Amino acid sequence: MSLIVTGLTVTIGGRTVVDDLSFTVADGERFGLIGESGSGKSLTILSLLGLAPEAAHVTGSAVLDGTELIGLSEEELATIRGNRVGMVFQDPQSALNPLHRIGRQIVEPLRLHGGRNERLSKAELRERAVEAVREVGLPDPESLVDAYPHQLSGGQRQRVGIAIALACRPGLLLADEPTTALDVTTQAEILALFERLVSSRGTSLVFVTHDLAVLSQIADDVAVLSAGHMVERGPVATLLEAPTHPVTRGLVAAARATIWSAS
Amino acid sequence: MSGVETVEEARTTGRRTRRAPWLAELLRRPAGVAAGAWILVLVVSAVVSSFWTPHDPFEADPASMWQTPSGAHLFGTDGIGRDIFSYVFAASRTTVLVAVSAGLLATVVGVGLSALGSLTARWVRESMAVVIDILIAFPTILIAMLLSSILGGSLFVVVTAVGIGYGVNISRVSRAEIRRVGRTDYVLAARASGVGPAGILGRHILPNVAPVFVVQLSLAMATSILAEAGLSYLGYGASASTASWGRLLNDLQVYIAIHPGSVVWPGLAITLTVLAFNLLGDAIREVSDPRLRTASNRADRRRNHS
Repeated sequence: MSLIVTGLTVTIGGRTVVDDLSFTVADGERFGLIGESGSGKSLTILSLLGLAPEAAHVTGSAVLDGTELIGLSEEELATIRGNRVGMVFQDPQSALNPLHRIGRQIVEPLRLHGGRNERLSKAELRERAVEAVREVGLPDPESLVDAYPHQLSGGQRQRVGIAIALACRPGLLLADEPTTALDVTTQAEILALFERLVSSRGTSLVFVTHDLAVLSQIADDVAVLSAGHMVERGPVATLLEAPTHPVTRGLVAAARATIWSAS
Repeated sequence: MSGVETVEEARTTGRRTRRAPWLAELLRRPAGVAAGAWILVLVVSAVVSSFWTPHDPFEADPASMWQTPSGAHLFGTDGIGRDIFSYVFAASRTTVLVAVSAGLLATVVGVGLSALGSLTARWVRESMAVVIDILIAFPTILIAMLLSSILGGSLFVVVTAVGIGYGVNISRVSRAEIRRVGRTDYVLAARASGVGPAGILGRHILPNVAPVFVVQLSLAMATSILAEAGLSYLGYGASASTASWGRLLNDLQVYIAIHPGSVVWPGLAITLTVLAFNLLGDAIREVSDPRLRTASNRADRRRNHS
């Protein structure tokens, strides 16, 4: 699924947080948005699905396979969220409802969006949940779907988060710093999982992070944000070798240690 | 038989635990069992006393004044020869009536106000908050005395005063809780999955707010019992023709120096009932949150972390 963003601007209380941002994600492309905290990268992807805070005013255009997303009503957006576009969040500790079993959370998007083509029975939904849990590499899927979030580790929860985002096989996956809250070994596993799932299904990916080392493993093209502006854009290898903007140079320097030790 | 149930059966001890895991969990807690049992006894005696009491609770018998507990008079008799057990037994009806109706009214007022306070336009919300803060400034007892000086003392006044007083309190506490839960990541994540406003409220926000609500509600019911006893004691509550623990306490406390044994019974009934409501509220809150249901989950956690 392709995404064309043109002139995306987000203002909160008169302050411009994202300024005239334009980028294109081709079908099956893995696109990285990188920047320091407060650079507007998370807000950018939240705005695409109309999930920015109420006080935020979003203008510009974001076209998903011919559908304009900016300015859609809540009802129209609800048919796209979780169905055509999936989203993975930063903190797996808080992104799962503590009162619902894992299986129920995974099939929630299916129950919401499945009505269009198929009506799934309870047993079928459970089967789909088990299958989804297996697909994201979690142990003992048959009993794990009955577990509660607090019984899982952070890495396991993030795998569940990915299973939820991909439950309806969306064409576009938005990932908001999905590895930031995890330790380095788990990070590598989760990145490998993203890589495997996204490339096997041809899903387009927008991956937001502040860590260029992470992006170098997952993204094709990268846009660097600073204070709401795009300061540099290009293939990740080019950016790593010849960064031109000071912000990019800073990110490369910060990432270097991690990259060298990994390779 | 669907696949869900067969797998469930293999995993848990039986289907009943799956259907109402919180109930099984509640029965595993001594405090929950004791509190539940006492409230059950109370409800049963309220029902039974409507048809039958050992003696007429209001019948004065000059021949048997201030008798000590015996087979004929379980709790003894008072200064005009009334059977204290029959009176305490009959007064449980008043207590149950007050607790249930005050609880219902507090729920209606509380849910109504917090819905208005979190779902409406900004100016409505803000003015609601001011009105609620003003209402909270008036003690429940004062509201009850105010109402009864206008309408005359009755149980209706007690129920209205406590129901509104605690309803306002519930709305204030749950409004803050609704706001907190509304800002959590899992609500955002649910919206990102395409859950609509009704689903967000019904499946994600309310279940997470419920524990706070249950505690407040049990507190409201306990307070209504205390308030009824207190107001009846002061003469603002139950009329003379209605049996009430507070009224009995008032009648008997005059003679506390001479007959200290008799005043114990209404006092004990009030204390145990208020305690039971508080304990039951706490126990329900604990079992309604899977993170607090530790006992049965310890094994699971070990398994998942190995």
